[in-house]
Amino acid sequence: MQMPEANPATLAKKQKLKQRLEGALGKRGVISDERELKAYECDALTAYRCPPMLAILPSSTEEVAAALKICHEMDVPVVPRGAGTSLAGGAMPTADSVILGVARMNAVLETSYEDRIVRVQTGRTNLSVTGAVEADGFFYAPDPSSQLACAIAGNIAMNSGGAHCLKYGVTTNNLMGVTMVLMDGEIVELGGGHLDAGGLDLLGLICGSEGQLGVVTEATLRIFHKPEGALPVLVGFDSNEVAGACVSDIIKAGILPVAIEFMDRVLIAVCEDYAKAGYPECEALLIVEVEGSEAEIEHQLTLIREIAERHNPVEFRRATSAEEAGRIWAGRKAAFSAIGKISDYMCLDGTIPVSQLPFVLRRIGEMSKQYGLEVGNVFHAGDGNMHPLIMYDANKPGDLETCEAFGAEVLKLCVEVGGCLTGEHGVGIEKRDLMVDQFAPDDLDMQMAMKDVFDPKWLLNAAKVFPLAASQARRMAAE
Amino acid sequence: MAYHPKSEAELAEVVAGLDAPVRLQGGGTRPIGRCGGEVLSLAGLSGVSLYEPGALTLVAGAGTPVSEVEATLASEGQRLAFEPMDHRVLLGTSGAPTLGALVAANVSGPRRIAVGACRDFTLGVRFVDGTGRVLKNGGRVMKNVTGYDLVKLMSGSFGTLGAISEVSLKVLPVLETETTLVLNGQDEAQAVAAMSAALGSPYEVTGAAHAGGATYLRLEGFEASVSYRAGALTKALEGFGEITKLESATSASQWADIRDVRAFSEHAFVAKLSVQPSAAPALSKALDERFEVQTMLDWGGGLVWVAADVDAQQAVALLAFLQNHCFDNGGHATLVKAPEATFEHVSAFQPEHAGVARLSAAVRGKFDPKALFNTGLMAR
Repeated sequence: MQMPEANPATLAKKQKLKQRLEGALGKRGVISDERELKAYECDALTAYRCPPMLAILPSSTEEVAAALKICHEMDVPVVPRGAGTSLAGGAMPTADSVILGVARMNAVLETSYEDRIVRVQTGRTNLSVTGAVEADGFFYAPDPSSQLACAIAGNIAMNSGGAHCLKYGVTTNNLMGVTMVLMDGEIVELGGGHLDAGGLDLLGLICGSEGQLGVVTEATLRIFHKPEGALPVLVGFDSNEVAGACVSDIIKAGILPVAIEFMDRVLIAVCEDYAKAGYPECEALLIVEVEGSEAEIEHQLTLIREIAERHNPVEFRRATSAEEAGRIWAGRKAAFSAIGKISDYMCLDGTIPVSQLPFVLRRIGEMSKQYGLEVGNVFHAGDGNMHPLIMYDANKPGDLETCEAFGAEVLKLCVEVGGCLTGEHGVGIEKRDLMVDQFAPDDLDMQMAMKDVFDPKWLLNAAKVFPLAASQARRMAAE
Repeated sequence: MAYHPKSEAELAEVVAGLDAPVRLQGGGTRPIGRCGGEVLSLAGLSGVSLYEPGALTLVAGAGTPVSEVEATLASEGQRLAFEPMDHRVLLGTSGAPTLGALVAANVSGPRRIAVGACRDFTLGVRFVDGTGRVLKNGGRVMKNVTGYDLVKLMSGSFGTLGAISEVSLKVLPVLETETTLVLNGQDEAQAVAAMSAALGSPYEVTGAAHAGGATYLRLEGFEASVSYRAGALTKALEGFGEITKLESATSASQWADIRDVRAFSEHAFVAKLSVQPSAAPALSKALDERFEVQTMLDWGGGLVWVAADVDAQQAVALLAFLQNHCFDNGGHATLVKAPEATFEHVSAFQPEHAGVARLSAAVRGKFDPKALFNTGLMAR
């Protein structure tokens, strides 16, 4: 993966920069020790690593502003970092950059059940936002798989989703306001406790901008009351086509499950082996979860059963207790660990129109043979968000490259059938060079023009999202 | 002369040849705010090009009449879940509202509180920027984080960024039935408390409004579920007073009235404010002390409709009060209707704080460098 060369002139400023940042944040807020900096050399895309020049851990919006102002004055690149769980390399530094971590800012600032909002500092983890309100029956809906560790700052940067967003939406649908610091140190407030924007929806632009437009330090998030209950069913089918048709029929019937998860034969076997969830041997498995009171759940599951039976399932198993529900989810939730135990893998998250599922799965199967790498598929079927897991051997020379080529071909296929490169993980460095397959040069130019507005010097996370060739003129002009 | 392109390519050609500002128009049914220039009509870019009920997706030209889209969806038991308001009754306009204009104005109705706004259902747009380039953003899938989200920017930009040629929307099934619980005789503070309790319950309230002294709480879904939740919610709201129930058909027509703000159609002045719900009662009180107005609450108190019978001079003062209030306390106020002379003195849109105003102006400069589209409409 190509990254811009470190600028020697920037590296030469290290001591002076360190001094100034320590002046603003105190010694405790600045990390310069090489061993300590190793902790920031990569995020969850561990195949690529590069320690930053410095790392800083400010503890307030004002400190973030002071630090960014210094970096801006000294023309030093900054890479914002939430909890470092990005699968796309969104928080990967360059050697001449400063990592700005928000981990120290994790307070709950305000909770209003009357307005159904919670305002937090963005270093707070996703799950602990729910943790702050669940005793009163509320929860924060977006639930990325990494929710135990990932920070709200990163969720906003990547517009994170999760298994339950079929019903509750992704981050952008649940984000009401932010306090954001621009690269030059200016603090701006967007949105707040009210709905929608009175002028241009800049908040909508910020969400998903991958830390390239500003550093979000505080966020106002929408919370919901928890449902009375939730239960999943598991349905097995003897072909992907039939499972896909069943998903489509459930959606058309007016049932709105909170989640519809899909696993293919490879994943079913791997997960069963790992989690002993009691999954049947079959080609495709759906886990469908519905919410409500006991009677409402009963009613929805009966409808789902009627629909499923029209498609001759090989198995239909409904949970009747929390324990059985846990067993149905156990395999699915362990999918990544289960694959990780048997192989190195790359996880893609291209999204496709639901109607294209059977075709795309068939093509991925063919590519798997062609590239000689096994692939398992698990995905959020209700919204077409795929997660092909391509297995490779990191110790075998050339295997990673083969895997990347395979992955790139799958993502191009997603775009060809009317979908997109990434549904919830973000572009980062991982899918940066594929952007030209989804967007025309003019489309990318307009997106980059937004970065020109917020960060005219192209100092914030500049080597991400856009192909380096496409952003080169802008990055050079700024240097 | 007005421009009436019939295709996206024609639209791009028209825009590339412009040397003076134009006023973008769909069906011309929502003249919110005022700006000069010849009309550039997008009504010719009409037609549903893709509809996949099983994928809950519809793609159509910007000029497609909303009624045509709704009829297409209804044939498959689906609908635009964000419940867009029809402005014709309130504004006394005629013509056919178009899909592109819904997106451009981010028009959402009572169900916005539960399922999201028009902007949340807009999956993708194609548009022509101020230099005549045809651009796209988003797509037709429900989860998409590929590149920056310019769809959100276009949604609610009131044609100031570009001329939308095509939109792609997420749609949802029509639910089996609905019912509405009605609480009578509450003041606004009591109403907001009741609505907050209802919206903060697990019973999935999809409408919470306070109009004409009554508080309305809507439940939708399968028959058995609605009936169960109506019972449970009635119990949960015991302390708030006596509750009556509207059955399906009555409930639907009541919410259509609330959605279209029919009660205020005779008033000369109408403004809408988006505020934090708990702040709504204080706003109403402050208003009552200074002006002769009527208010109606939707979105659990988060959407405040303010109506008055005033002349242009009084309208300017009333709007200034509302916009200053929002400037200081958060939220935003938009002037929807006023005596024509009012618009010579005010912007219909909420003035923004300096930093945000500067960023917005710079964003507009990138989309529309020659200031051709609806110039001065949102920011004077």
